[in-house]
Amino acid sequence: MIKLAHEKQRILICGGTGCISTGASNLLESFKSTLKAKNMDCEYDVILTGCHGFCEQGPIVIIEKDNTLYCQVTIDDIDELVSQHLAANQLVERLLYINPIDNRRISSHKDINFYKKQHRILLDLCGKIDPENISEYINHGGYAALQACFEQKPTDIIEEIKVSKLRGRGGGGFPAGLKWEYTRNADGDPKYIICNADEGDPGAFMDRSIIEGNPHSVLEGMLIAGYAIGSNIGYIYVRAEYPLAVKRLRIAIDQAEATGYLGENILGSNFSFQIKIKEGAGAFVCGESSALMHSIEGHRGMPRSRPPNSTKKGLWSKPTCLNNVETFANIPLIILMGGNEFAKIGTENSTGTKVLALTGKINNTGLAEVPMGISLRDVIFDIGGGIKDGKKLKAVQIGGPSGGCIPEEMLDLPIDFDSLYKAGAMMGSGGLVVLDESTCMVDLAKFFLEFTHNESCGKCTPCREGTYRMLQILEKITDGLGTQDDIIHLERLSNNIMNSSLCGLGKSAPNPIVSTLRYFRYEYDAHIEDKTCPSGVCKKLISYRIDSMNCKACTICLKHCPSQAIIGERGKPHLIVSENCTRCGICLEKCPFQAVKMG
Amino acid sequence: MCELKCNTEHPEVANIIEAHRNNPGALIIVLQKAQSVVGYLPKEIIKQIATGMNLSESKVYGVATFYSQFHLTPRGENIIRVCMGTACHVRGAVTILEKLQEQLHIKSGETSKDLKFTLETVACIGACGLAPVITINDDTYGKLKPSQLKDIINKYR
Repeated sequence: MIKLAHEKQRILICGGTGCISTGASNLLESFKSTLKAKNMDCEYDVILTGCHGFCEQGPIVIIEKDNTLYCQVTIDDIDELVSQHLAANQLVERLLYINPIDNRRISSHKDINFYKKQHRILLDLCGKIDPENISEYINHGGYAALQACFEQKPTDIIEEIKVSKLRGRGGGGFPAGLKWEYTRNADGDPKYIICNADEGDPGAFMDRSIIEGNPHSVLEGMLIAGYAIGSNIGYIYVRAEYPLAVKRLRIAIDQAEATGYLGENILGSNFSFQIKIKEGAGAFVCGESSALMHSIEGHRGMPRSRPPNSTKKGLWSKPTCLNNVETFANIPLIILMGGNEFAKIGTENSTGTKVLALTGKINNTGLAEVPMGISLRDVIFDIGGGIKDGKKLKAVQIGGPSGGCIPEEMLDLPIDFDSLYKAGAMMGSGGLVVLDESTCMVDLAKFFLEFTHNESCGKCTPCREGTYRMLQILEKITDGLGTQDDIIHLERLSNNIMNSSLCGLGKSAPNPIVSTLRYFRYEYDAHIEDKTCPSGVCKKLISYRIDSMNCKACTICLKHCPSQAIIGERGKPHLIVSENCTRCGICLEKCPFQAVKMG
Repeated sequence: MCELKCNTEHPEVANIIEAHRNNPGALIIVLQKAQSVVGYLPKEIIKQIATGMNLSESKVYGVATFYSQFHLTPRGENIIRVCMGTACHVRGAVTILEKLQEQLHIKSGETSKDLKFTLETVACIGACGLAPVITINDDTYGKLKPSQLKDIINKYR
């Protein structure tokens, strides 16, 4: 790769949505003006990059010359960073990352476990380049893969993708090369390429981060697909809820057109390609390929039964190859390193890397790219920094609403398509939510069911009525009114819905129930038999009380209680009147003496 | 922006329709653009779009009611969105939503009578490191505790 020769030293500010929402854009301006005021602006460039992945510690600033990573930087810190670090070469200790294991401060991001254990090939340039400047991508080897493709036959490229054994990263894990081949061989003209950027899973933001951090890698992947399949037009269907991603895609497309990477006779070849952006309008089911295509056509985004598959009859009934953002971003890498080399990363049947969104009760919330086959334990404890507040891990939920829960005993399970499927979960888009002892698994299943029920398009009865009925049963159980018969009903409904729904949304909607029943049946039993919620989450099954031994009668809880459920006065231990209590937990949060107890 | 009092054709919407009349599949784009001009999609606008695009009103309603981005009723001056993503859920988003409903005297999806606030939930804003998180217009409030909500809302009253 060509290394970009920077005349100036660079200061990289994370410009991912997480950091921007905590004020990263203000840092950019402030840095620039402070450098100017100190006459140092000729020495340093300040760049708003894509997501660095380390969202928990945002806003993040990296001083590139010595790889120093500063965490949770605010405007008030800029002056010190400039005068102390940049001018005097001294670390600003208080803003360095603290290693949760030994409380040591670490300056270089290369020494932080979160980054050390990753295998960043897709995210490599996210956080290093300015995503709004095409020359930075080109100078880091961008569009070289496309150029290389023009010297090969389209069928050779498809062969290369097949050799790489790349499986679609949208969830199902269908071999990408095979899908390309089917589309190429299908009859019909024109053929379409679609990039699915409708990332609707709660707790998943990897596609968004790739687009925000390195939009050209997605465009290049689509261009190569277009050339290989024989298509001249591509659509990117992106969530309207991702305004920054949409903005950066538009800039990238404009720049690629202006520099001849998109449009007519690209780079002097016979190949022409255009890319259009279609903004989604907010419907989870539009992540399903046939629903997505209906939405591009301007209809309600409802799926249709298959066959024929989209590779034969897709958008406007023409052959269509739909892959997601991460799949396309892999393509230039495969071309550059060769399918065989790519296949060496990961496992036999799941090659390459996977970007995971780590969230929940984990210390290092963020985005991590790992080789396929890494164990859940390594991801959670090494990269994720372990469980928040020293609590005990209970389970990992992986794959979004369609996925499932994996209990603590199975943490050594490798993360790849097949082993997750066998364990009752799925890769999905790669959302990984860590759950600790304070998570109620019945409540969690209810949460996902509520989501899939709301998002069901309503076209087929098993999904429309079935998810509603399952939700009602779960509500009954979490309200303390469940019976053992309900479990039998849940199991029967799950089977029927999985077998008879029209699309993936319905087919996978019961997964959260099936997997929690499989591994956490005792929690269902506690709700049904003992009328208790062991994790203290289901409101109808918990109550608060004040331990008179610990109560200092300070009136803090009484003052904060929004429903006047606490009685007492200064010097007199307080009492909670349970009929008035709405179980909001504010008293528990506010009591300085841990006198409020749950149970 | 919030209230439309006209029985005649909305001129800007007419321009939007004109620009997209011949594009296949443009209905969603037209609805998005019309909503950004008018603020919401009152029945007059739906009718204008149906006539202008040569579609039945039921087709336009069908699309407008399917996607969560479209609103058929006026919107509040301040839009409060509570993130209900998985990370926010396990870190207490339900309690945050309940407190907001209590304090604003509206349910999720509703707009206060004085058109000051609209309260809604979103599936995930992707700022999971800040969970539980809400946004009010373009401002983000993360790592929220229920007791902080009153002061936050008062800033927008």
